[in-house]
Amino acid sequence: MTSPPPRPLPAIDADNAAFWTGGRNGELLIHRCARCRTYVHPPTSFCPACESREVGPEPVSGKGVILSLTVNHRAWFPGLPVPYVVAMVGIDEQPDVHLITNIVDCDPLSVRIGDRVKVRFEQAEDLWVPLFVPDQGKD
Amino acid sequence: MRWPEKSIAITGIGQSRISRDAGVSALSLTIDAAVEAIRDAGLTRADIDGIATWPGAIPDGSGFAPVGIPALQDALRLKVEWYSSTRETSGQFGAIFNAIGAIHAGLCRHVLVFRTMYQATARKQGLVNASYQPGQRTHAHMGWHAPYHAYVAATQQALYFARYVHESGIRPEQVAQIAINGRRNAALNPAAVYRTPITLDDYMASPILSTPLRLFDCDVPIDGSTAIILSHRDAAADLPNPPLRIEAIGTNMHYRNSWAQLDALATQAQPEVAAMMWNRTDLRPADVDVAELYDGFSFHTINWLENFGFCKRFEAGDFIEGGSRIALDGELPINTNGGALSAGRMHAYGQVHEACVQLWCRGGARQVKGRANGGPRVAALSTAGGPLAGCFLLVRD
Repeated sequence: MTSPPPRPLPAIDADNAAFWTGGRNGELLIHRCARCRTYVHPPTSFCPACESREVGPEPVSGKGVILSLTVNHRAWFPGLPVPYVVAMVGIDEQPDVHLITNIVDCDPLSVRIGDRVKVRFEQAEDLWVPLFVPDQGKD
Repeated sequence: MRWPEKSIAITGIGQSRISRDAGVSALSLTIDAAVEAIRDAGLTRADIDGIATWPGAIPDGSGFAPVGIPALQDALRLKVEWYSSTRETSGQFGAIFNAIGAIHAGLCRHVLVFRTMYQATARKQGLVNASYQPGQRTHAHMGWHAPYHAYVAATQQALYFARYVHESGIRPEQVAQIAINGRRNAALNPAAVYRTPITLDDYMASPILSTPLRLFDCDVPIDGSTAIILSHRDAAADLPNPPLRIEAIGTNMHYRNSWAQLDALATQAQPEVAAMMWNRTDLRPADVDVAELYDGFSFHTINWLENFGFCKRFEAGDFIEGGSRIALDGELPINTNGGALSAGRMHAYGQVHEACVQLWCRGGARQVKGRANGGPRVAALSTAGGPLAGCFLLVRD
């Protein structure tokens, strides 16, 4: 019995650390400009809207909408469970912030573009990977 | 002349054997293509004073880019005034665009441009996922995709295809025509790797890799090399082939250059690249006789049909339905050698080679007749998907 391959994890630096570790406190952290309040993703220290350098991580609601999705049917590594959903989620606060993610805790074949989703985290080594689940609208 | 590309022409082409198992080295294939291109242009090694390639050697064993400029320069003992490999550019055509700039600037007159792939053999050697090693942390854009088991191009780019399907309503039976057309043309191309015709039923029965992407929507990894010679027109006048003039190029980057944050999901980053090209010429889409459109995935071709203006936005499904418009005898023949889907993944340089074959009327059984049966005179070429895009028009005067 082959165990599922682990998630290939990203290299962490000063810019992306908050995004990949906010889940420790249950928070999805997205960089945001302190001056004009624009969200900036991927996280950098420059606001493209107002040129401020005061940009840092802030928690968001963790809710969003599926902008696109693909149901992957091919096990690219031995033991990779299929099918699984890879999606692009636009966060509610600013939908042009796109998060590539998996939609989990549901039938992969039931997920549609336009579905509302909310974040949940999965710990992997020292990181907390943001995943999304269908949002039934009740908290 | 206002635009630099108009003083540059393709004067020769060469291609190695394209196969699923070369049996010779990647460098040997590259030499085959380069020597053939130099001779085809009526030149000798001593005439070549520039070299360009995309992306330059990446010695990771994946076969994606096994040969760079130093290896080829040394093998052929070339003495050049300018050379450049470039990866962060307008798709695979970036090497051609850089060579245009270098020739126009007067740095060189005859540039050898090449692209070599060795992925068929590399895969047999078990290095298919050489870009990802379990246990290692991933960097740059892969760091945002790989944690979600989205480390292959098929899964990443299926997201654009899915959004296109969502917005356009295109049906699988329509998408199928890109693969069917490619295989129909490949049957007439002795150099193509897959030549047995396929039907709509074959397409619909081909396995789904990552919705809505089927196996037959994906190009074929091969071993092979393509080379072209780009020359200044002043240096091309006495050469044997009628020079194929670069009429206009599209190179811009007006969208976010990010596989995840790209703001043109359903079109990919191609509309403004095509607009730039059309702004540099008096030609219009109706003037194009043959189109060699990137088909790393079939939906790239579909996007390019719309972004070039061959049909209206989200109407490519109707345009290609039944396949007659895009066939060799149709109003816009596309991917006349079979494209990357059937002739093999030469990564847009197969398209360049084939455009020249067609404009020089060397196509044999697959030759497009063109206007008044005088052969095609205007070819449109495109490359890449996602945030990457480049295109140009090639003209035989």
